Amino acid sequence: MTSQSRLAWLMNDVAGKRLLAVILAVIIVLPMLNLLVPEDSFFHVSSYTIGLLGKYLCYALLALAVDLIWGYCGILSLGHGAFFALGGYAMGMYLMRQIGDRGVYGNPLLPDFMVFLNWPELPWYWYGFDNIYFAMLMVALAPALLAFVFGWLAFRSRVTGVYLSIITQAMTYALMLAFFRNDMGFGGNNGLTDFKDILGFSLQEDATKVALFVCSGVAVILGYLLCRYVVSSKLGRVLVSIRDAESRTRFIGYRVEHYKLFVFVLSAVLAGIAGALYVPQVGIINPGEFSPINSIEIIIWVAVGGRGFLYGAIIGAILVNYGKTFFTGAFPEIWLFMLGGLFVVSTLFLPQGVVGVVQQWKDKRAEQKALAKGNAGEAMS
Amino acid sequence: MMKQYWGVLLVLLNIMCVAPVWAQNADESTGFESLIGELTTSSFKKKAKAVEAIAALDDERVLPVMEAMLAGDLYYQKSDEKIVFKADGESGYLITDVLTGTELGEVGKREVKKIATNNRLRKQLRTQIAGYKLLSKKPEIRLAAADDLIKTPSPEFLQVLQTAIDREKEPAVLKALKVARAVILLDSDNEVDRLQAVKDMDGFANKYTMAMLTQLVRQNEDGSYVEPSALVREEANSVLNGLQAMATWYKFVEDVFFGLSLGSVLLLAAVGLAITFGVMGVINMAHGEMIMLGAYTTYVIQLLMPNHIDASLLVAVPAAFVVSGLMGIIIERTVIRHLYGRPLETLLATFGISLILQQLVRSVFSPLNRSVITPDWMSGSLEVNGFLSLTYNRLYIIVFALMVLFGLMLLLKKSFFGLQMRAVTQNRTMASSMGIRTGWVDAMTFGLGSGIAGIAGVALSQLTNVGPNLGQSYIIDSFLVVVFGGVGNLWGTFVAAMSLGLANKFVEPVAGAVLAKILILVFIILFIQRRPRGLFALKGRFVEG
Repeated sequence: MTSQSRLAWLMNDVAGKRLLAVILAVIIVLPMLNLLVPEDSFFHVSSYTIGLLGKYLCYALLALAVDLIWGYCGILSLGHGAFFALGGYAMGMYLMRQIGDRGVYGNPLLPDFMVFLNWPELPWYWYGFDNIYFAMLMVALAPALLAFVFGWLAFRSRVTGVYLSIITQAMTYALMLAFFRNDMGFGGNNGLTDFKDILGFSLQEDATKVALFVCSGVAVILGYLLCRYVVSSKLGRVLVSIRDAESRTRFIGYRVEHYKLFVFVLSAVLAGIAGALYVPQVGIINPGEFSPINSIEIIIWVAVGGRGFLYGAIIGAILVNYGKTFFTGAFPEIWLFMLGGLFVVSTLFLPQGVVGVVQQWKDKRAEQKALAKGNAGEAMS
Repeated sequence: MMKQYWGVLLVLLNIMCVAPVWAQNADESTGFESLIGELTTSSFKKKAKAVEAIAALDDERVLPVMEAMLAGDLYYQKSDEKIVFKADGESGYLITDVLTGTELGEVGKREVKKIATNNRLRKQLRTQIAGYKLLSKKPEIRLAAADDLIKTPSPEFLQVLQTAIDREKEPAVLKALKVARAVILLDSDNEVDRLQAVKDMDGFANKYTMAMLTQLVRQNEDGSYVEPSALVREEANSVLNGLQAMATWYKFVEDVFFGLSLGSVLLLAAVGLAITFGVMGVINMAHGEMIMLGAYTTYVIQLLMPNHIDASLLVAVPAAFVVSGLMGIIIERTVIRHLYGRPLETLLATFGISLILQQLVRSVFSPLNRSVITPDWMSGSLEVNGFLSLTYNRLYIIVFALMVLFGLMLLLKKSFFGLQMRAVTQNRTMASSMGIRTGWVDAMTFGLGSGIAGIAGVALSQLTNVGPNLGQSYIIDSFLVVVFGGVGNLWGTFVAAMSLGLANKFVEPVAGAVLAKILILVFIILFIQRRPRGLFALKGRFVEG
């Protein structure tokens, strides 16, 4: 087997390669424009833009995670925001511990909200979060564990379709209620905020922001490659067949629930990583991230971009969120109308999203070309 | 089902139309007119005599006069010595003729004079009012008077109580009267009286008497008992134990009632969904917004008829059904009909619709909560006994939810439309070839489910704040109820809603409100894993469809 064919999964993905190239260019050029070009120059990119784009990239990774299970395995999770938020909380806990005695109450061990609530000592589940490696492990492990338990229970008893959607929604709703409680030890209503620095670098510094932005971009690229690899593998083909005919796949002899569980956990880990990158860039994580509507919004990114294309998910996440930023700023009244309309229009008229429309248009043109060629050939002879 | 509502509406209208029967005895001369004129005298002795004579009369106007006099609200006009009730007006007094009950408008403060009372006269009035009520012909007035006396015991009532006890025939009232006497006698110096008093309190559900008994058997700091007699203490202890058992039992009954009312709210919210989701298989995420529209319809109806708040709810029920139902039909015809057989897409599209409706309501009515007025007949509570009182709004919600459920069942099982509906949902192609207009049936079914959600909104407007997010807070619960009960089965929905309501109520004191909710959610999530098709799963070949 040549190296050519071993990399075929990537080489054949033309649109994906283009998108990755664009992201790569963005995360190389924009930091330079931000850090090196003087502020009054026309080409200067503000830190605000960098922060905003960094946020979009996190959303893109999250959308990628959802597309992996929804687009390729037919699992519509209305609770993926929960995995995102769990990853975010794990990172938030690390950042909280990094504050040290610089908090309002100056307690070297306890975060401010615990001092405020008169907690005598750090709860056991906060141990270890002062270590970045442990925190990074938890960023992946916490969502993975939840996804594993939940998925194992759900897929084993063959909860599928809308039933699964509804109980995933109930899951994130229950978690939201739980995290709103002060007794949980995650800051209750206010969540975790007032972060100071990460790995010793101040979060206020432009350079740190740029670094986080670059990390997010790299994460999206790696995430994309991983997802593309998975869906192009033999396992990916089984996933697609589960999406299209679950019972048939099972009858052929595949253990459907194992495949589903694998891809569900993988997707949850990706969502958790996205959350972990998101939190230091926006500076806060609170239980609102668990709210069911957030999870449903992720679905719409994927639906608008085009599910089952992977790069469609990335494009959709960035497009919709750019629209959200623009419209909530310019016409706050209209945004929910727009979002609602997007749901309706994209399901009614764009079942395959923006990417799907482009694809169709291309196919048509290619067909016409081929037809024209054929006609021309006929005329020649 | 609509017929029932109209029936209730008619009865209510009747009640409203009949004017207060105030001056019923106006023509018959009972001597009231002449006696009451004597109250204008300045001599307290003469007034006392007049009051005594008035109290002996059999006239509906006696009680208000005595009560007003006690409260210092009985005046007479200086010009013609006409006796009037006084209420505070904007600058002067609003006066009402005592004899005829006609309102005489507002007068200056100097035009009327108060019928003054002194301590002695007030004491006499209190006893006489109590006596008058205790000897009233209506048992419920006698009972209420006895209950009042239990709360405010005073030896001056002993005489009256004794007379009343001797005359009383009604066992429930007799018991209350005896307890009222016992409350007074408990302070007696005579041991036999106290023992009798404690015995009389046995089995009477009342928080005051329970507190008194608890006080009685208490030990003082120096070790001596509050009650010197061991015999009385022993009796008091045994009575107290009985009462405590009763209190525990009624607490349980109250919890069940609360749980059922909570379940009824869930049932109302979910029963429309049981039609659209359960029967049609359409995931309608905008179901919550249909509820919200119903609640806002109630609000608008109340704005339109501010003078008939009592009837507004009865108008709001059909109005909300129509508003939400029409909205449902519009949604079905424009969006959902293109998405049959694609449940996940339906879910997304209807979610988009729910966002649009929410924003629409925000733009039209403002994002703030609107207040919906609770009519008088919905407020207050039904006092079953001293330990148990059931609030009317919860009681009505339970009744209403059951009415909606059974009405719906009737419609599905007995009407022609229900037959068509079941035919279409079971086998669309076959129904179509039999000449059923499936598209029309789909639209009507969806409209029905949505309309019922609107009715639920009317009920919910009485319990929670009416705001743009009203629906959102019920959508997840509703879906869980339907899924828990088993899709396509109204009985399942009923059982699921009630058991979730009860479970919530009974877990709450142990775990706290939020944790209770979380536990219930986790329980349902786990339950669906065990039985993916709910409590009462449908069997048959269309299950896998």
